[in-house]
Amino acid sequence: MLGISFAQRGIYGGLQPIQHLGEYLHSGAFLANYARSFDGIFLKIAWRSLWMAVATTGLCIVVSFPIAYYLALLAPQRWKGLLLGLVVIPFWTSFLIRTYAWMFILRTEGLLNLVLVGSGILRHPVELLYTQTAVMIGLVYGELPFMILPLYASLEKLDRSLLEAGSDLGANTFQTFRRVTFPLTLPGLAAGVVLVFIPSLGQFVVSDLLGGARSMLLGNLIQNQFAVARNQPFGAALAFELTAAVLLLLLGYAALTRRRGSEDLL
Amino acid sequence: MRSGRGVRRLLAAHTILVYLFLYAPIAILMVFSFNAARQTAFWQGFTFDWYRRLLDDGLLLRALRNSLEVAAITTAAAVLLGTPAALALARPAFRGKRMTQTLLYLPVIIPEVVLGAALVTFFGAVSLQLSLATVVIAHVVFSVSYVALVVRARLAGLDPALEEAARDLGAGPFETFRRVILPLALPGIVASALLVFTLSIDDYVITSFVAGVGATTLPLLIYSMLKVGVTPEVNAISTLLLAVTIVLITAAHRLLQEKED
Repeated sequence: MLGISFAQRGIYGGLQPIQHLGEYLHSGAFLANYARSFDGIFLKIAWRSLWMAVATTGLCIVVSFPIAYYLALLAPQRWKGLLLGLVVIPFWTSFLIRTYAWMFILRTEGLLNLVLVGSGILRHPVELLYTQTAVMIGLVYGELPFMILPLYASLEKLDRSLLEAGSDLGANTFQTFRRVTFPLTLPGLAAGVVLVFIPSLGQFVVSDLLGGARSMLLGNLIQNQFAVARNQPFGAALAFELTAAVLLLLLGYAALTRRRGSEDLL
Repeated sequence: MRSGRGVRRLLAAHTILVYLFLYAPIAILMVFSFNAARQTAFWQGFTFDWYRRLLDDGLLLRALRNSLEVAAITTAAAVLLGTPAALALARPAFRGKRMTQTLLYLPVIIPEVVLGAALVTFFGAVSLQLSLATVVIAHVVFSVSYVALVVRARLAGLDPALEEAARDLGAGPFETFRRVILPLALPGIVASALLVFTLSIDDYVITSFVAGVGATTLPLLIYSMLKVGVTPEVNAISTLLLAVTIVLITAAHRLLQEKED
C-alpha cells in the first residue's frame, strides 16, 4: 500500500507507468499524493473526523462509566451474567444493521418524527437523518460496547477492600470514587479510548448512511478513492497517513500500559 | 459496600437507560419487519409478507449463498491458522512474543477502511483478480487474530502443571496435546469459530473493498438496498441476520463463561 501511494493515477484509473524511476524520485512527484492530502478541503475533512472521534470517545466515556460501575460493583450477582451478555451481543452484531436501525428511526417519515408530531411537540416532521447529530448518535451507539467492556473488566478486577478502606477512613462515595476507584480503572479507560477512538476515526458506514454527503469523514474519503474516484494511489496515501496516526496512538498507549504493568487490551 | 442508596438508584436507572438505548432501535426494526404498511411508520397489522417476498428474490438468495460459503471457508481456515498461534502465545516468553502479540492485535484495532485499502492494493500488486476468493482471503486475515486472541484467553487460565503431569506420566508431546491441551482449549476454539462466522457473515467495510464482480455478499446487497431507501424487505433480512448472530453469539458467550463456573 505504501508503494502504491507514491505512484500516480493513470488516465483510465489504473496506475501510471513510471518511465524513469530516478528522475521520478528526484522530481519529488512521488510525494504528490501526500502533498495533495494537505489541501484545504481534505484538511477540513480530517479535522471533522478528528473532532467527531474525540466527541464520540468523550460521550462514550460519560455514558459507559456509570453502567460499567453498576455492572461490576453493584449489580445483583445472579443478574450479572445476563446483563453482561446483553452488552456483549451488540459488540458482535452487524454494525451495518445497527446503523440501519437508526436510519429507520430518524428518517423524515420515521418513528421519531411520527411520535414528535403525533404528541404535538413538533408541527411538521423535521429532517433528523443526514445531519451531524445523526452521525454522532450512530457513532456513539456503535462504539458504546467497546468502552463499557474494558471499563467493566478493570472495575471487576478492583480489590473491593480498597473501596471499603476508603469509606472506613471517612471518604464519602464521591471521594472514594475520585481518589481510589477512578485512578485504578485508568488502564481500562485507556483501552476503551483506544478501542473507540481508532475505529471512529476511520468510520465510513455511519457517516455515509446517517450523514449523507455533507458530513464526509476520512473513512468516506478513502473509500471513495477506491470505489468511486478510482484513484488508488491517493486513497493509499490517505490510508497510510491514517495508519501512521493510529500507530502513533498505539505506541503512546503501549508506553502508558508498560509503565503501569498491565498487558491486555481486550 | 456502603454506597449511598441514592447513588445506587441513580446508577441503576442509568444502566436501564443504556440498555434501552442499545436495544430499542434493534427491537423497533424487528417489530416493523412484521408491519403490513409499506411506507409509513404507522402500524397497519401483522404480516409475514416481507419474509415471503425474500424467498422469491433470486439476487438475495444468491448473496446469501455467497455469504454462507465465505463464512464457512473463513471459519475453517481461521481456526486452523489461529489456534496454533494461540498455543504458541500461551507458552512462556519466547523471542519475539511481544511483537507477535502486537501484530495479532493490529487487524483487530486498525480501522477497517485501512485494512480494506491495504488488501485491495495488495491484491492489485500481486495481480489477483477480485472475486469471492479475495473476499475469503480478506476475511481470513482479520479473523485469524480473533481466533488467536479468544483461544489464548481460554488457555491463559490453564495450569501449566497439567502439561507437566501428562509428560511425567509418559505422554509424548503429541499425546499431551491431543489428550490434555486440545480438550481444554476446545470450548475456546468452538467459541472463536462461532464469533468468526458471525464477523464474516456481517462484514461490510472490508468486503466492499475486495469483492469482485458477482461476488455480492449479503451485507453488500443490504447496503445497496439501503442507499436506495428504507424498505420493509430490508427490515426482514436484517431481522433474520440479527436473529442468527444473536443465537451464535449467545452460544459462544456461554462456552467462554463455562471456565469461570
